[in-house]
Amino acid sequence: MIKSERFSWFHFSSPQTFYPLAGTLQPWFAAAATLLCAAGLYLSFFVAPTDAQQGEAYRIIFIHVPAAWMSMFLYLVMGFWSGVGLVLNTRLSSMVATALAPTGALFTFIALWTGALWGKPTWGTWWVWDARLTSELILLFLYIGFMALQAAIDDPRRADKAGAVLALVGVINVPIIYYSVQWWSTLHQGASVSMKSAPSMATTMLIGMLIMALGFWMYSIAAVLARVRCVILERERHTEWVMEEVGGQA
Amino acid sequence: MNWHSWSDFLAMGGYALYVWGSYAVTLVVLIVEIVALVMRRRGVIERLAKFYAARRRNHETEA
Repeated sequence: MIKSERFSWFHFSSPQTFYPLAGTLQPWFAAAATLLCAAGLYLSFFVAPTDAQQGEAYRIIFIHVPAAWMSMFLYLVMGFWSGVGLVLNTRLSSMVATALAPTGALFTFIALWTGALWGKPTWGTWWVWDARLTSELILLFLYIGFMALQAAIDDPRRADKAGAVLALVGVINVPIIYYSVQWWSTLHQGASVSMKSAPSMATTMLIGMLIMALGFWMYSIAAVLARVRCVILERERHTEWVMEEVGGQA
Repeated sequence: MNWHSWSDFLAMGGYALYVWGSYAVTLVVLIVEIVALVMRRRGVIERLAKFYAARRRNHETEA
């Protein structure tokens, strides 16, 4: 344990100190995302065997499940930073929440899209209004609602607060999505991977899926860091340091 | 190895539309986000540079 009186996590809670840190870290996350996705795609197509029941159609799993995980995880992270921003009144937390929403919405869209393309050959339909699919669609509307609400309010601090309340209320939807396949009888299958039991899928399939999930995770961090840097510049434009930062770039 | 040839790989056992439709759209979505982020950063810097330049001009005329 390093004992340092001066070091504090609050040091990085200031947009001015976080901005260069995000800029330094962002390329590393982008590189990790590229490598992991490349490895994951190789495993998905060339190592993982053909599925006995679904043939090659099952290969959609390697983006569908990681995208669905990210859509829920990013929402929880967005809810967390919204809550921190609301309670502690830290501007950077709210900016991070704002930066998370578009990436979360995109992964939700990918989960729904790949789900439809997987549903057609396996269930015979693109879409059903079952609990899993409907609650995931509501997640997409929550992300879009969060972005629309923030965009509609001119004062950024008020936009933060209104968005945070919406984000926090919406958090209830995440366990509903996750447990929907247990609580209701759904066309969507239950989890193949759980914390409690051994996964019911081939090891190479599981590893490919987990590596893709890690790749999407690293991608999300890279995208959110890049976006939060834009948000910081826009919102801190009246400060001296942003003027110097932009002056050096233009 | 799962595939005997390129055409075998592209055919995806008859599920080409579904498998490639999933991967292609995912790739396009991610590329669009990356391009949008690069353009947003450029746009922010450009707008702020103009904003600061206008503010400097105003200060000069006031003085």
